[in-house]
Amino acid sequence: MKKLFLYFTFILSFLSFGSVAQAGDYPDRPISVTVAYNPGGATDFQARLVTMMASHPKKDYLGQPIVIVNKPGAGGKVGWNWFATKARKDGYDLAAYNIPHFVSQSIVFDDTKYNIDNLEPIANWGADPAVLIVGKDSPFNSVADMVKFAKANPGKVTFSGAGKFVGHHIAFLQFQKASGAKLTYVPHTGGVPALTAVKGGQVMAGFNNLSDAFRSQNDIKILAIADLQREKTFLPNVPTLKEEGLDVDNSSVNFRGIMAPKGTPPEIIEFLAAKVPLMFNDKKTLGQMKKGGSPVRIMNRAEVQEMWKARKVSLTKLLAGLKP
Amino acid sequence: MEFLNYFSNVFTFGNILILILGTVGGLLLGAAPGLSPTMAVALLIPFTFKMSPEQGLIMLGAVYTATVAGGAISAILLKIPGAPANIATVMDGYPMAQKGKSKEALHYCFISSFVGGIIGILVLIFFTPLLANVALKFGPSHMFWIAIFGVTVIATLDSNSIIKGLFSGALGLWLATIGYDSVLGVERFVFNPIFSGGINIIAALVGLFAIPQVLSMLEKKQDLSDQFQMEKKSLFQSMKYNLSRFKALTIGSITGVIIGLIPGAGGQIAGLVSYDQIKKVSKNKENFGKGEPDGIIAAESANNAMVGPSLVPLLTLGVPGSPTAAVLLGGLLIHGMFPGPNLFTIYAETTWTFINSLLVAQFLMLIFGLYISGLAKYVIKTPVNYMAAAITILAIFGTYSVQHNFADVMVMLFLGVSMFFLSKFGFTAAPIVLGLILGPIAETNFSQAKIIADTQNGIFDYLTIGPLNLTIISLCILSIIYGLFTEIKKKTNDKDQ
Repeated sequence: MKKLFLYFTFILSFLSFGSVAQAGDYPDRPISVTVAYNPGGATDFQARLVTMMASHPKKDYLGQPIVIVNKPGAGGKVGWNWFATKARKDGYDLAAYNIPHFVSQSIVFDDTKYNIDNLEPIANWGADPAVLIVGKDSPFNSVADMVKFAKANPGKVTFSGAGKFVGHHIAFLQFQKASGAKLTYVPHTGGVPALTAVKGGQVMAGFNNLSDAFRSQNDIKILAIADLQREKTFLPNVPTLKEEGLDVDNSSVNFRGIMAPKGTPPEIIEFLAAKVPLMFNDKKTLGQMKKGGSPVRIMNRAEVQEMWKARKVSLTKLLAGLKP
Repeated sequence: MEFLNYFSNVFTFGNILILILGTVGGLLLGAAPGLSPTMAVALLIPFTFKMSPEQGLIMLGAVYTATVAGGAISAILLKIPGAPANIATVMDGYPMAQKGKSKEALHYCFISSFVGGIIGILVLIFFTPLLANVALKFGPSHMFWIAIFGVTVIATLDSNSIIKGLFSGALGLWLATIGYDSVLGVERFVFNPIFSGGINIIAALVGLFAIPQVLSMLEKKQDLSDQFQMEKKSLFQSMKYNLSRFKALTIGSITGVIIGLIPGAGGQIAGLVSYDQIKKVSKNKENFGKGEPDGIIAAESANNAMVGPSLVPLLTLGVPGSPTAAVLLGGLLIHGMFPGPNLFTIYAETTWTFINSLLVAQFLMLIFGLYISGLAKYVIKTPVNYMAAAITILAIFGTYSVQHNFADVMVMLFLGVSMFFLSKFGFTAAPIVLGLILGPIAETNFSQAKIIADTQNGIFDYLTIGPLNLTIISLCILSIIYGLFTEIKKKTNDKDQ
């Protein structure tokens, strides 16, 4: 019995030696991607779609499957705090990021352990701009209608959105500043409840994900989009807020992509930065994303680094004095 | 009668196979502590990527139905609810098992689940267009009052002492405040970063029920099977008795249907509220908590009756009627099926096949459930040492699997050990869990109501004006008065004797 145990420990120690990361063989086992939100949510759903081709035998992507691990809580803080402090730096622990969420959280909260300096972007797969929506029976038919009413009735126009310091909230803050009217933000526990509140008339308006709003056009009107250009595939006729004369840029656009912890070997990061965008660009993946109504925007590592830095600057300015 | 056109689609070889696998798998997953229906459905969504939309939805639907019923198995046999929806089943299910009536209790559970489930699906089939907009009527003020209505249940949930029940409920409400407030973005009681995500409801459920049970098993060191003789009651007798409990079945099913239609409330409340209702109207109030079949019948018919109606707002508006339905939304989207009128026109075939398969799933759940009931004696006969070890392992794995967070396991163990000592003083776990479930619903909606009300005529007007608010407020008042009334009557009766 004792002998058996010895053999067992021997084999175990042998196995663990075998798994010491060697960049040349990377990856030789499945890679985990941490999603800081609940299973079934938009980020989780898209992360599963864009990584499903990772191990496809006929394609030269990663050659190993990607496993999604959900660590939800506190608007993403739990998962990202874990990732920034505890994740292995060997290329086998990756995570999905949501911009502007994690950047704005790292600005307003003192207890976040993550910021753009201790994380390494790999590639971006999607961008979901916030859209300005009102209920189907709303008297507002344009942004101008709404701003006019809001100026005459300060604080009376209520907006729903998926919580504080997320893209919807950022869009709201920018919209409020640009329009010069006093508005009221009602944080909800997620995008779907926030959308429901607009459909049910509990709030007068809202900022929500383009993809979710697009699917709900039977019950709502989409007045404008908070991005630099129109969304050509899904909503070609909806103007940007800029076109409507309001100085709102793309700071609130919800970017999603994959990142690694800082300290991951550079050759592994380079490998991932080269392969992951190809994987996102796979025809099958793109087809599934389109079917699911998820807007795709693929960006490489250098582009994402630029975007992270730009966001940090614009969000720091916007959120100054907004600490809870 | 459009649904009948697609009935034959369910009975292809592949679909039936998936239905059977989904149902049996669901029953077993549901019975494992920690694996709630929401978790089970979420775990299976990736598997539907490669299936046809029909097959994927059939599997998810079957698992949803079966896990809700499966959670009752561990509730009855081990005193550990498989999911929050089965908390109420513990109250009378476990006492029945202790008296050697585990098989009978499981029979009631599956027969009632079947009746409730069928009623729920029929509501989904026939009343969807009529009820589609009900979900949108519920705003923050109404949801706040519904949570308060749930709080009124706490007082009567603990049959031994109202004071201890209220204390436990308050403890649960406090635990619910730990962590990050999703409306105001403030952190509370976060002494250590592991609490920033709050107390996970599944971790609390498993800890509060499973760990005290393990500890008391080891304390008493006595095999359950030594205590009693297994009572034999035939399936036919159970069925006859079950179906004769018309009042319990009706209350359970109606409560389940109504709660299913309200977005976000879900099965966890359906079971407890209907348990409370049947206890209040029953002539044998003193039997509740000691193994009264009506308790199981009402709770289990309610949580399964909730399934069908929770899909009504989901399929028509994309508004999930329960947390599990919210996950199911993802299952629809990956096949490019967006909730709304399209589901019943362009995708009519897939949608109706899915709904019909839910109806068939109820029959399969009944058949396999009753078969499993017969095997219950083996669980009861397992020596207590093995049982305690097995439950501990399941509790730890189940808790960890929820969000891959070891902190949850620590919280689970801490709450469990604390509960063991609290139970020595006559406190019970159910009101704590109910407080934990209702706290966030009441608080989130109150905070939202306050923000919206400040732009109108103030919070008092916002919370009290409108027929829907007044209806729910009257229900709350009725519930409190009825509880007080019966308590006073009981006291005077005791004095007279």
